[in-house]
Amino acid sequence: MGGKVGLKGTDGEETVQKAKQLGATQTSPERAVEALQKLLHIKDKFELITYPFDMGEQEAKQCGFDPHVIGRIQRGATFASDTKAAAKEMLNLRVNLILFVGGDGTARDIYESVGQTVPTLGVPAGVKIHSGVFGVNPSRAGDLAAKFLQGETKLQDAEVMDVDEEAFRMGRVSAKLYGYLRIPYEEELVQSTKGGSPAILDEKTGQQVIAEYVAELMEDDWYYVLGPGTSVKAIADHLKIAKTLLGVDIIQGGKIVASDVNEEQLLRLIEGKKVKVIVSPIGQQGFIFGRGNQQISPKVIRKVGAENVCIIATRNKLLSIPLGRPLLLDTGDEEVNKMLSGYRRIITGYKEEVVTKVSA
Amino acid sequence: MQETVKGVERELAYTAVAWNEPIIYQLSKPGRRGSMAPRPDKKVEAMVGDVLSKIPEEIRRKRLPNLPELSEPEVVRHYIRLSQQTYGVDSGISVGVGTCTMKYSPKVNEALVRSPKLTDIHPLQHEETVQGALEIMYRLGKWLCEISGMDEFSLQPRAGAHAVLTNAQIIRKYHELNGELDQRNEIITTVLSHPCNGAGPAVAGFKVITLYPDETGIPNLDALKAAVSKHTAGLMITDPYDTGVFDRNIVEYIRIIHEAGGLVAIDQANANSILGRLRIGDVGADLCHFNLHKSFSTPHASSGPGSAPIGVKKELSKFLPVPVVAYDGTKYYLDYDRPHTIGKTAGFYGVIPNIVRAYAWIMSMGADGLMETSEVAVMNNNYLIQKLLKVRGVSLPWSESHPRRLQEARFSLQRMKEETGIGVDGLNRRIVDFGIQRCFPAHEPPIVPEPFTPEPPESNSKEDIDKFAWAIQRISDEAYSNPQIVQEAPHNCAIAKVDYSPSKDPKKWALTWRAYLKKHG
Repeated sequence: MGGKVGLKGTDGEETVQKAKQLGATQTSPERAVEALQKLLHIKDKFELITYPFDMGEQEAKQCGFDPHVIGRIQRGATFASDTKAAAKEMLNLRVNLILFVGGDGTARDIYESVGQTVPTLGVPAGVKIHSGVFGVNPSRAGDLAAKFLQGETKLQDAEVMDVDEEAFRMGRVSAKLYGYLRIPYEEELVQSTKGGSPAILDEKTGQQVIAEYVAELMEDDWYYVLGPGTSVKAIADHLKIAKTLLGVDIIQGGKIVASDVNEEQLLRLIEGKKVKVIVSPIGQQGFIFGRGNQQISPKVIRKVGAENVCIIATRNKLLSIPLGRPLLLDTGDEEVNKMLSGYRRIITGYKEEVVTKVSA
Repeated sequence: MQETVKGVERELAYTAVAWNEPIIYQLSKPGRRGSMAPRPDKKVEAMVGDVLSKIPEEIRRKRLPNLPELSEPEVVRHYIRLSQQTYGVDSGISVGVGTCTMKYSPKVNEALVRSPKLTDIHPLQHEETVQGALEIMYRLGKWLCEISGMDEFSLQPRAGAHAVLTNAQIIRKYHELNGELDQRNEIITTVLSHPCNGAGPAVAGFKVITLYPDETGIPNLDALKAAVSKHTAGLMITDPYDTGVFDRNIVEYIRIIHEAGGLVAIDQANANSILGRLRIGDVGADLCHFNLHKSFSTPHASSGPGSAPIGVKKELSKFLPVPVVAYDGTKYYLDYDRPHTIGKTAGFYGVIPNIVRAYAWIMSMGADGLMETSEVAVMNNNYLIQKLLKVRGVSLPWSESHPRRLQEARFSLQRMKEETGIGVDGLNRRIVDFGIQRCFPAHEPPIVPEPFTPEPPESNSKEDIDKFAWAIQRISDEAYSNPQIVQEAPHNCAIAKVDYSPSKDPKKWALTWRAYLKKHG
């Protein structure tokens, strides 16, 4: 709710109060209504469960739904704990889909509460949207939810990202990858009917194919610093190495050297070694560095050398980045950004690479 | 104006023939027969003896094959019904099916290929008895050299992707002969090229490096420079692209690749905008190919017998697949004497009926006619672009750098999708209600969001193009005012909504009845 008063998000009770003093009103109710209207045409085919008052009940009724209201909250004063409780209760009721309205903070609350146990989908209404769990806009989120309920979609993992609001207000972006939610997605219907087989692999197969190729290229005497995320983890999975999903790990000769390292440990461990860093950009945003992998700091990158930074991305992931937008760097060090900029090779498949622009 | 719109709507009034026609196997009734062959005369039987006993035991069937059993009228009815449910250039407007160059193919050429003079010859006949057919092949090859600026053609490849694979094999053989194949293991392509320009070299064993376009819709030269190295074996791209943009960097690409020691193969499957205007051999390309079933007016035959001749410069002609049709001054013959050939890439010599159709078409057009073909195709396309850009929700990516296009254009319905929920899938399900063939979206990967790629070749009239544009306008109006009409479309067709999911799941897809029974029980 803090966007229009310039607060860069309203995580934390104090900030919510401050936002209200500055005259902020919530945008989420109208967004919720916009999304729910897209579900009206199938309203007899499913049961809508919601939380009281402005946590969904009002919006649902305004649209003409007759929702099943659960839970108890204090009218006009809701907190992150209410979001979490609501998600948990819905999970216990075995709902098919949790549709939530908000930004990255809300996505994190939902993730903490239900993880990947139930499909979820975000209706974008927050200031910060770094996560990939939201529809393009409220109407499309509503459409997608309707299609999901009618069995016309598939499910995929999408990143839950959030920036440190405190740092964001100070002008620095410091984003972290918190995990993955299961969201419905509509398969691209651009499949050429000239051929009989699927041209584009699903995300998981795409990651496995890259992993197989990268594993073949690996040499025993090199250290490999593996960045966070499912794409890079697929390499470790292929090598049967236990890697942390959200952390930075080091492997060598098919064995783990260190797990979930911070910058300092990383610098110490790679001292005097031949090192390659393997990272994957964030879907939709396209950030290679500076979003969720700050452990691989400018110092680390300098030490390793730009030529030893290996970027991998499935073709689907590259497609999720808007047409013409380069892959992005935000290492926090202009010189290092420059070192990594220009046209770079990205591994996108088995013996398949793409040359695309990378810039700060 | 209102009158005119109503007029178009009336003209496009359409209801598809919708038979509930099962698969022919489902119509089968044991013991039913079409016609029974009479028993042979006793005398003949005695003379010939037991012919079946000559079939070796190991290839004898133990059980009869599972063939459908039907009477003749049932078979005729079945296929007539299926034919009534097909759609093509001969029944309506196929302007939407871009990249395919759905031009009308003159019926007089069909009469030629159905002549017994052609249908009665056999590929194993002695060359001396098929001089006419060989002459047509030889001369078509020469004409394609003239059109492309290449030195020699092979008519063997059966489709565009087959041609690209053949060219990749020639590039491979070239480096092998130079002793550089181990080092030169990378082919560079561009993402807006037909995907076979990546797939072909991959099948030929190369690593594939793909360049993405910059904000102008073509790759930046720096991207190519970043991709080129001592590992570069060659560049294989489509030009013009099926965005209708000609990659004006082509001369620079060729220089850079040649300097790096690589070869350049240009996919001109769709040459409908450049006939008589551009000879890719003249600007330095080493290999190219044309699809006769696009620019040269032969049918696509539903991914069946296409024909995609490849052309090479003389330095590479020793690698061409055997046999090559040659002429010694007095007679035509099949030349197998090419020690460095990549070998045979297909049975026999080429798809003769398509070779004859293309020959006849070029002959009837003449050099001036070919140029006019491209002029009209490009004009048609730019007329259509102007009309479609006025439609709400439709945009043309890279139109700032490339406001005019060659043979076709790739539009995006992204805005309409975001604003109304109706994208290219909805457009395609609705447009068939007007008796107009669906639009081709894009080759993969779909880097243009919600794409559709119309192409109005020279045989389309202004009225055809106007009607097509009217339908797109109408669907946009509906998307913004009453999207349900589009969501529930088609309303006038045989099949309401196709479930594409089995085509993406290897456990479900079935190309034969036997596979269907195995997978679906």
